Amino acid sequence: MHIVDALSDRAGHGSIRMLDPRLRIMAAALFALVVVSLSGLATLFTAVGLALSVMLAARLPAGPTLRRMAAMDGFMLLILVLLPFTVPGTPIVEWGGFTASAEGLVKAVEILLKANAVVLVLLALVGSLDAVTLGHALARLRMPANLVQLLFFTVRYIGVIGEEYARLRTAMRARGFRPANTLHTYRSIGYLVGMLLVHSLERSERILAAMRCRGFQGRFHLLDDFAYGRADALFAGLTAVACTGLLMMDLTYAAAV
Amino acid sequence: MPLLFELTGIRFAYPGRPPVLNGLNLRLDEGERIALTGPNGAGKSTLLHIMVGLLRPQAGTVVAFGAPRRNEREFHEVRRRAGLVFQDPDDQLFCPTVAEDIAFGPLNLGRSTAEVLEIVDRTLARLDLSHLRDRVTHKLSGGEKRLVSLATVLAMEPDVLLLDEPGNGLDEKTRGRLVRILSELPHALVVISHDASFRRAVTSHQYRLHDGRIGPSATHVGGGAVEP
Repeated sequence: MHIVDALSDRAGHGSIRMLDPRLRIMAAALFALVVVSLSGLATLFTAVGLALSVMLAARLPAGPTLRRMAAMDGFMLLILVLLPFTVPGTPIVEWGGFTASAEGLVKAVEILLKANAVVLVLLALVGSLDAVTLGHALARLRMPANLVQLLFFTVRYIGVIGEEYARLRTAMRARGFRPANTLHTYRSIGYLVGMLLVHSLERSERILAAMRCRGFQGRFHLLDDFAYGRADALFAGLTAVACTGLLMMDLTYAAAV
Repeated sequence: MPLLFELTGIRFAYPGRPPVLNGLNLRLDEGERIALTGPNGAGKSTLLHIMVGLLRPQAGTVVAFGAPRRNEREFHEVRRRAGLVFQDPDDQLFCPTVAEDIAFGPLNLGRSTAEVLEIVDRTLARLDLSHLRDRVTHKLSGGEKRLVSLATVLAMEPDVLLLDEPGNGLDEKTRGRLVRILSELPHALVVISHDASFRRAVTSHQYRLHDGRIGPSATHVGGGAVEP
């Protein structure tokens, strides 16, 4: 089934968008596994290059995508900066009694390259799926049904709860509430969160009641007709070649060193 | 005419509160279309929930489709034959896509996938909603959600529709469309509505719920009443 979702396909339709979602998830997972097992810098640069070309093939907008990557790199910055100083080895810089080692620097660069390659491919292959299609694909890949349903319920109701929050918040503002560092503020926010929990619990009871009215007896059913096509076979082949290539390159590189 | 529902002497109270329903009697014949009115908190929604066994009365009997209904198992059949449409469509539509939500009921009844897909398409076509088939439910507009939640219940092929404020929050156009749809359906109806013109358009009698009982029936006079 082609699930119509106007919002998720905002970035154009590259050829990768036409591939079977199950294949995209498996290819991304395989690529991630291969990349984290690599050790040579040259191979890692190749992996990043591959990831970039997948990003281009998926026609992800380069600007926003790279900004997302930068946000992730920001999280790792502290570790990356500290690594050269904590890994022992050949000193390259000395600063105020701390020495940075070449080995540490190489480690930091490796981690940076691995993380970026994996995240790029995830964004290109899986990030461009909308949540509903992702759930269907995961279900067909034999993920536990309860986890898939949790994903679906989250996707379905996070917006509803968000709207409820916005309504309560607006109602508070309409009565002159302005958050400040006061006991009154904390108490009011506490009431707000508590009320959201109560509403959500009551809603979940109503949803279950509505489900029981339609004969629910604990089993969920999904309708989809994913089917692998010729393009999928081609892409699977390319993925296999790329991953084997990376592994072989890494082995020859390691042997040469 | 066969009797669909007969409720006798129903008493129901929420824990720690005075009874909302007290000695209530209600009969619903085949093809009969009734409206329920009454102040907020009079127990209108409670009554619908009792009819399909989501709530159990503390006293009184529910006879539905020719048999007394007392426990969960006995109510399973009632829920298939009496389709309850909830007040808030967000409570009713929980599946990822419209087609899956409509398929949910028939699949629970053990129909095959091929049959279910046919039911889905037939139900959508009947309500003129085929264009929404593969849409994601939470991205529908309020009016679309309301019509789709009616479709999810119609897909169970019920004999009776129980509608809890179906016209609530709908714009003029969608409300008109709902009225047209409901007028064309052959089902027996119990409708809770605060909107007098809506009641007149889709039902033939109205009952007022007051002090835990149902007041005398008033037949709508003149235009608008639709014979099933």
